[in-house]
Amino acid sequence: MVLATGVLLALSALFLFPLVWMVDTSIKPITETMRIPPTWIPSHWLWSDYPQAFTYGSKSLGYIPFLVYGRNTLVLCILTVAGTVISNALVAYGFSRIDWRGRDKVFAVVLGTMMVPFPVLMVPMYGLFRNMGWIGTFRPLWVPAWFAGAFNIFLLRQFFRTIPFELSEAARIDGCSHWQIFRLIIAPLARPALAVVALFQFLATWNDFLGPLIYLLNQKTFTLSLGLQVFQSQNGGTPWNLLMAASTIVIAPIIILFFFTQRQFIEGIAITGLKG
Amino acid sequence: MTAKRREFWTAMAFVSPWIIGFLIFMVYPLSASIYYSFCDYSVLRSPIWIGFQNYTDLVRDNLFWTSLENTFIFAMLALPLGTFVCLSLAMLLNMKVRFMSVYRTIFFLPSLVPTVAMAVLWLWILNGDLGVLNQALRPILSVVSIVLTHLLGPILGPIRLKPPNWLSDPGWTKPALVLLSVWSGGNTMVIYLAGLQDVPRQLYEAADLDGAGWWARTLHVTLPMLSPVILFNVIMGIIGSLQVFTLPYIMFGSGGAPANSTYFYVMYLFDNAFIYHKMGLACAMGWIMFVIIMVLTLASLRASRRHVHYSGG
Repeated sequence: MVLATGVLLALSALFLFPLVWMVDTSIKPITETMRIPPTWIPSHWLWSDYPQAFTYGSKSLGYIPFLVYGRNTLVLCILTVAGTVISNALVAYGFSRIDWRGRDKVFAVVLGTMMVPFPVLMVPMYGLFRNMGWIGTFRPLWVPAWFAGAFNIFLLRQFFRTIPFELSEAARIDGCSHWQIFRLIIAPLARPALAVVALFQFLATWNDFLGPLIYLLNQKTFTLSLGLQVFQSQNGGTPWNLLMAASTIVIAPIIILFFFTQRQFIEGIAITGLKG
Repeated sequence: MTAKRREFWTAMAFVSPWIIGFLIFMVYPLSASIYYSFCDYSVLRSPIWIGFQNYTDLVRDNLFWTSLENTFIFAMLALPLGTFVCLSLAMLLNMKVRFMSVYRTIFFLPSLVPTVAMAVLWLWILNGDLGVLNQALRPILSVVSIVLTHLLGPILGPIRLKPPNWLSDPGWTKPALVLLSVWSGGNTMVIYLAGLQDVPRQLYEAADLDGAGWWARTLHVTLPMLSPVILFNVIMGIIGSLQVFTLPYIMFGSGGAPANSTYFYVMYLFDNAFIYHKMGLACAMGWIMFVIIMVLTLASLRASRRHVHYSGG
């Protein structure tokens, strides 16, 4: 056990090091980032890299503060999370709590769509959104989230099936419609599963790069991912301290979210892995 | 309307978001994509039918083969190493040690890091001159060099090991990306961990009675019981590594510098579509990728049939 603890400690240090180094660099003055050998503890802690990161990036981009990217990302996250939770819950209800002819066959089609890689759909989707005049707007990035997706339907369906059917039966006898059963019984009971779906969607939207890269044109509408990339590529003599501060700003919310929702995170991943 | 029919239409109302989405975002793009793959199409003009020309063009295109080869090499390096590391970590994390939840969190954390931030962070760490990795490697390698020179100097002459130039040496860019993929493999690790916790305890007890040591138990109990999970992760890994895009795109630019060594399949597909406006060609590439994924998935399912153990089946 002592050996195991030693190995775990050493590996933890290796895994954690890049993130520690990022924060470490972000609070150093620029001259100190260039020092060989590197200093571990900054001569003085320079938190001003953070406010500077917000404004520095903007200079080369025509004064668009990093803050705007943050706001854009947040707006997209709210829209996609709401859409994903609502639409997938409804569809999963239809696939698990109502009996209808051909249900299992249609569900097999749902699962089949998981095998289609995005690059196959990329071009026609772009053409479609272009014809609708949606290129350069947020719409291609959030509207599809309102039409449910195989992965989330599957996850929620699994969960809905574990809720006793007697509950629905009793409600039916009392004269409840399916809509009422969904709203008053299933949705409240399924809150943990809905939380998992919301979490994953938040993460996916926050991290997405390819989507914004394809559909967004104007830097005013960029997301954090896209903004960070532009920030990095447009600064010749890379100001590593500022770039690390900007990266920390992008990573921090995710890590904070994880600390508050650890159990759901791990459970969600376990469900997807094992019963997939 | 009979009760059964009403029930059916209610169900249709509930699943209608998926049906509409399926038609708009799956059936339409898939059919359009097949059609475009046989067309000269630039989005700006309407598509012109050219038969199989996109496909024959690709077969004759060196960059197509380069990007495909890069992608396969990356997958062949990242998959076995990732499987080994994630599985070993999961086994470590399945032991009874104090503060286990802290260790689990630490190994999982990197997989949460947004890809763009990860790319930027590792550009800094892997930087040839200022990067902290090479600064740490330099003294270690110089000590190793001195020792090696002492031992082998008379035969090979003086040996001087230098840390690799991760980002600008074409031979080291793929290992650098593999390193990153292993560092951020927390998702896979958690799935292995969940699988390990599902292995029935009695099997270990039985193995203990037979006098099996740690290695024998791993070989005859853990790995067979875990085989469906391993298969799942390997298939997901194949699909994922064939689609690698964001990380190399940000770290090495759209051309896959240096010397196209990081020009991956989806990057070339993206460039064809949105830089050169060869949308038809990009669609053909998409379909080739789809076929490759299908073939590899079916092949691994087939190859695994004899080795994968499903309880109760």
